[in-house]
Amino acid sequence: MADFEPIIVAFCCHYCAYGAADLAGSMRLEYPPNIRIIRLPCTGKVTPILLLRAFEKGADGVYVAGCLEGDCHFIHGNLVAKPRVNYTKKLIQEVGLEPERLEMFNMSAAMGPRFAEVAREFTERIKALGPSPLRKTQSAATKEAA
Amino acid sequence: MVIGERKPFEEIVKMLNGHKKILVLGCGGCVTVCLTGGDDAVKVLSSQLRMSREKDNDPLEITEKTIERQCDPEYVEQISDIVGQIDGVLSLACGVGVQYVAERYPTMPVYPALNTTFVGGSKKEGYYVERCQTCGDCKLYYTAGICPVARCSKSLLNGPCGGSTNGKCEIDPQVDCAWQLIIDRLKSLNLMDRYEQIIEANDWRSSRDGGPRTMIREDFQR
Repeated sequence: MADFEPIIVAFCCHYCAYGAADLAGSMRLEYPPNIRIIRLPCTGKVTPILLLRAFEKGADGVYVAGCLEGDCHFIHGNLVAKPRVNYTKKLIQEVGLEPERLEMFNMSAAMGPRFAEVAREFTERIKALGPSPLRKTQSAATKEAA
Repeated sequence: MVIGERKPFEEIVKMLNGHKKILVLGCGGCVTVCLTGGDDAVKVLSSQLRMSREKDNDPLEITEKTIERQCDPEYVEQISDIVGQIDGVLSLACGVGVQYVAERYPTMPVYPALNTTFVGGSKKEGYYVERCQTCGDCKLYYTAGICPVARCSKSLLNGPCGGSTNGKCEIDPQVDCAWQLIIDRLKSLNLMDRYEQIIEANDWRSSRDGGPRTMIREDFQR
């Protein structure tokens, strides 16, 4: 398992986490290359279907990164996403996946170092959990997730 | 609307044991509104089922479809092309829909994914409350539009019992005493004389006595 490189899908809000990722890049901060970012107009766009689909296609971990609570560009999109992520944790647990494979984080566009920190911490968490039982072979999963 | 609640996932998985190709069939009626049986619910449950079976190396092929209503034969007919290619139907409709699908396709096993729970309405998004017990003999004229049959825990018809305290029912401090609501509303409408009219014992023959009920509009019969 030492060479296990997880596939992690990060659904990032355009107004915060996506900006934070950009800033992390500008600051030359290193974070694991396991993260696949999908930009959303707002985390309020996240639905259980979207998150389940990522797992179904072979993601080992999924996280949603939205604005700090109270700072949503669309007023309360991140507060809509939060219970949906918690609900989806239950859905994946029913299937037999660890709920820790899914998480929601909040950050502002100015928090580049925090973005890199979240990416590192979450990658470590998923590495400790091991590959998703739904992931057949790493190459096939990578292809499909892409 | 008819409120349905999803059955525990394990129970659904158990029902589908041995099946290889199924149709997960949503209903565009009441259960779409109460968020348990519409197109989104079909997608979520299908994804869960695929993952669960994939994990056990026993893949399940799923066709996903949602029809306008499962309680109307003309809509149930719309899946006739699919039924030939599957070995089971998992219906996300209320109990009526499940039975309509089963009746139309006699050789096809049909399973319920929901427990049909009650007839109610939304309090807010994702929060549903019971308002009618379909007793078949509405008393809402006397009770200012608040149903004592569905909302009083004892279905009392002539005022509250001794368990009404500060407007709440003795069964649970979160539950309003229906008779408190009725009397408050009758007073505000200046209709307290209706409270003084004794409602006779309910005629439960219009409820479930005599087997399944029917309602026939003569002018539509040919």
